[in-house]
Amino acid sequence: MPVKVVERKPLTLAERTYLPQILSGLRITFRNMFKPKVTVEYPEERPPIPPGYRGVPTLVKDPDGREKCVSCQLCEFVCPPKAIRITPGEIPEDSEYAHVEKAPQEFEINMLRCIYCGLCQEVCPEEAIWLQNIYSVTGTSREELVNNKAKLYELGGTLADKHFKWEKKRRAAERGNAH
Amino acid sequence: MNATDILIRFGLGLIVIVVVMTVCMYSVLAERKVSSWIQGRLGPNRTSIPLLGNIPVIGRFLTRLGVFQPLADGGKFLFKEDVIPAHVNKVYFVLAPVIAFVPALVTISVVPFGAYIDAATGAARTVILANVDVGILLIFAVASLGVYAIILSGWASNSKYPFLGGVRASAQMISYELSMTLAVLPVFIWVNAPGTPGTLSLVRVVEAQADWWFVLTQPVAAVVFIIAIFAETNRLPFDMPESETDLVGGYHTEYSSFKFGFFFVGEYANMTVGACVIALLFFGGWHPLPFVTWGDIAAWTGLPVNVGALGAVLAVGTFAAKVLFFLFFFIWVRWTVPRFRYDQVMRIGWRGLLPVAIANLVIYAILIALLERAGA
Repeated sequence: MPVKVVERKPLTLAERTYLPQILSGLRITFRNMFKPKVTVEYPEERPPIPPGYRGVPTLVKDPDGREKCVSCQLCEFVCPPKAIRITPGEIPEDSEYAHVEKAPQEFEINMLRCIYCGLCQEVCPEEAIWLQNIYSVTGTSREELVNNKAKLYELGGTLADKHFKWEKKRRAAERGNAH
Repeated sequence: MNATDILIRFGLGLIVIVVVMTVCMYSVLAERKVSSWIQGRLGPNRTSIPLLGNIPVIGRFLTRLGVFQPLADGGKFLFKEDVIPAHVNKVYFVLAPVIAFVPALVTISVVPFGAYIDAATGAARTVILANVDVGILLIFAVASLGVYAIILSGWASNSKYPFLGGVRASAQMISYELSMTLAVLPVFIWVNAPGTPGTLSLVRVVEAQADWWFVLTQPVAAVVFIIAIFAETNRLPFDMPESETDLVGGYHTEYSSFKFGFFFVGEYANMTVGACVIALLFFGGWHPLPFVTWGDIAAWTGLPVNVGALGAVLAVGTFAAKVLFFLFFFIWVRWTVPRFRYDQVMRIGWRGLLPVAIANLVIYAILIALLERAGA
């Protein structure tokens, strides 16, 4: 292997006294004092949340207001810290969404266990669970930090839907399931 | 000296202590503010007090500036739990913070703050607590007692980090005291011209700088002295005894609450005295500019800017401005230069500063002798 010897110049007298270096350093720090500050004054000012941010996991509804979760429990199984507990339930026959067959009776995410890995969002076949932009979680008891179904929908709100797959399925069924 | 005299002296001393303490408290604030500005942060800007903090625009401005922060800091130091670990030597452990604090307050008593001409008698008066003739000698002697605080606290704490801090401090202070004293000698050789009564008084030093400030005639001495003062006050880049990163605080590792507060404020009190001495010895004391004294300004403008109360206020104000600038300089350097390694500190002290200080002393002694001969 060819070796390149880097020439090291001996320090000049001025450099050895170290004083010119300190002076130039002082100049830099003095200029820094008048530069704009980078501090975000947190409670009043909030940092911008970039798209794709993994905040608190939430459940969302589709634009029709239908809850998207079908309680397949994939998220519950994939969740590494076992933060999710789902109690599956039937959708009553007389419901508008009876064709969806199932919905969670209870859905709990324990925020004391959640590690914000986003695997639940990744695994969800219904795009029902989303890690949105909530980053500040506080509570005064352990119970308070377990998000139940109502809370999860409140946090999640409604997201746009590209597929409306259950609506398509219903319409297909009406046309005799012709492909 | 009668009772009223003593009372007046007592009152003046109290005023000086209060002023110095305030300066110390606010230099702690300045430390935090300047460091955050240099690092692109905002610094303490939330602490507020009722009434004053509620004044519409000014209150908010003061709060943003952190003016009330020192009160909160002081309160914290007072009310935190004061832990005395079981393994310490109690007497020396308690004594050390006091020793850290006292020398700074003693030395301030011989620091002259300004001079003016008495309107009634026309005599020159100095604003000073004790105009003793040994001036600078007393400052050096008492200030060097400060090292005992660090050694005592390091030893009495009976644990490893404070001990290392104490050992480093003693070596460092002894090394730099030499160069500091040697750097000051040429100044006093110049002040004590043959035929005049010999003096070490700081007032005389300032009077001798009416034309040329000593920083202009003896720049090398000034640089050596300032570097040595940094080392003596344990400020970065010479904060070997503390070394937060490698000695977790060094000598005051085991201290908490008010005792730690004493060390903390003592450091700033020493800084204040150091800044005073730099301003007095090399930067013309209360003279506003080189070659310009308040007396000259009074002669040019015809205004009594060097007489009576106005003269005193202007002179003290000029001096205070210089002291505040050097306090700022201490802080500014701290947030610019990283800490030297211990061996580097020793090398700079013994192989750098000391030879320079000795050469400076010899050269200036010869130069001043030649000048005297030429003049005579």
